[in-house]
Amino acid sequence: MMLITCPHCGPRAQTEFSYQDDATTRRPAIDDAGQAAHFEYVYQRDPRRGPQDEIWRHTAGCGKFIKVRRDTLTHEITATGTPQDDFDGGAP
Amino acid sequence: MTRYSILSLARNALTGHRNWPQAWRSPAPKPAYDVVIIGGGGHGLATAYYLAKNHGITNVAVIEKGWLGGGNTGRNTTIVRSNYAQPGNTLFYEHSMKLWEGLSQDLNFNVMMSHRGVLNLAHSDGQVDSFQRRGNVMRINGIDAEYLNRDEVRAFVPLLDCSLDARFPIKGGLLQPRGGTARHDAVAWGYARGADAYGVDIVQNCEVTGIDILGGRAVGVQTTRGAIKAAKVATAVAGHTGHLCEMAGMRMPLETHLLQAMVSEPVKPCIDTVVTSGAAHMYISQSDKGELVFGGDLEFYPSYAQRGNFPRIEDVAQNVLTLFPSFGRLRLMRTWGGVMDMSMDGSPIITKTDIQGFYINGGWCYGGFKATPGSGWVYAHTIANDSPHELNAAFTLKRFETGAVIDEHGAGAKAQAH
Repeated sequence: MMLITCPHCGPRAQTEFSYQDDATTRRPAIDDAGQAAHFEYVYQRDPRRGPQDEIWRHTAGCGKFIKVRRDTLTHEITATGTPQDDFDGGAP
Repeated sequence: MTRYSILSLARNALTGHRNWPQAWRSPAPKPAYDVVIIGGGGHGLATAYYLAKNHGITNVAVIEKGWLGGGNTGRNTTIVRSNYAQPGNTLFYEHSMKLWEGLSQDLNFNVMMSHRGVLNLAHSDGQVDSFQRRGNVMRINGIDAEYLNRDEVRAFVPLLDCSLDARFPIKGGLLQPRGGTARHDAVAWGYARGADAYGVDIVQNCEVTGIDILGGRAVGVQTTRGAIKAAKVATAVAGHTGHLCEMAGMRMPLETHLLQAMVSEPVKPCIDTVVTSGAAHMYISQSDKGELVFGGDLEFYPSYAQRGNFPRIEDVAQNVLTLFPSFGRLRLMRTWGGVMDMSMDGSPIITKTDIQGFYINGGWCYGGFKATPGSGWVYAHTIANDSPHELNAAFTLKRFETGAVIDEHGAGAKAQAH
């Protein structure tokens, strides 16, 4: 069981949260008509064995989106915050 | 290779079964091969077998970082079926099913294929319609499918809670009678023995650490047991396709996710088929040892850890008990986890790439086991001819760019939703 610290509600069980997406993907600008950037955004992912920044949602709590830095090899969570938070200068 | 038969069994019985020959060699890797296959699971070994058998290419190495079938080949719930409705999937999986039907004879190795049937339960009117439609797609393609109403389901699987006030009321189910289960380890061992007999080198405890590319062409791999040159390099791994492709400089439409499965203590025969439910996501069958083998949803977050968390075990057990209340007193004996490439449309990728001589077989989500023979068959064709077989022509990498995705669940570009 993972214990996830919601920046708004405090530490809560993993079952209250739902994983959303990789926190490093960026939607291309609305006026970017090129297909390549949209394709990369929608489909392509980086395989990260180790810490990665993710967006989770506190679905069964405050409902807010949060950012979580979690190790994909050990499931250890080293930082949580709001989606705008920058953990030591961005994702590894 | 010693052929296994009643005679060889009798002969070895006379010497107390102490003189059986090794089923395959354990050679050190040679400096160069025509084809290096990365991954010694079912798919990789089947590919090597069919490269030799169908295409006469025997200067092949299968490189495995652990032991044969120690990845998802030995971790799945052994279900075999071909009940797919999307063009591209339907005939591919049926080809695989046909290979399953003759596999023990072909390999001279008992893979214990048991055509006990696979029943998908329908819990809503929408599911009834969609399952009947799927059954029609299957039958029009020459695949066996039978729709059962609630009474027929009750008669077929008496332990199911078919009452009207059940949490997931059972409206009916789609049965594929030829579906069933196979002994997963035996599949890896049978293909390994078959490939080895053709001269394929199976190299275990050898991890690939890099892919050598020269002038847009794959020329070999770096491994923990030294560099190996190869005219063609082909991946056949579960969960780490994205990672391997990154070594080749490619970004993939894949996420690696975690799935758990579990078995109960062994009991006398009580389910003689495979029952699955998409609404209460679970699938269950009984092993030959008597254990109930079951699993359910992914963990839903990306992971490379081959172990899951307790909430999912609880959730899967709840779903099983909702449908089979009589299993409530059984104790859970073992749980385990495996990691898999979840593709962005839920369908596999079997293709050549923009890098000459570099081939990808991955993105099996959690349905790779049933595809093992067919996957090896078409992948061997793709590698040998540098062009896809008609049955894997749709499993391209380009489909994500062109929009020709094969989204069996209609779930969209969300890896964990498939």
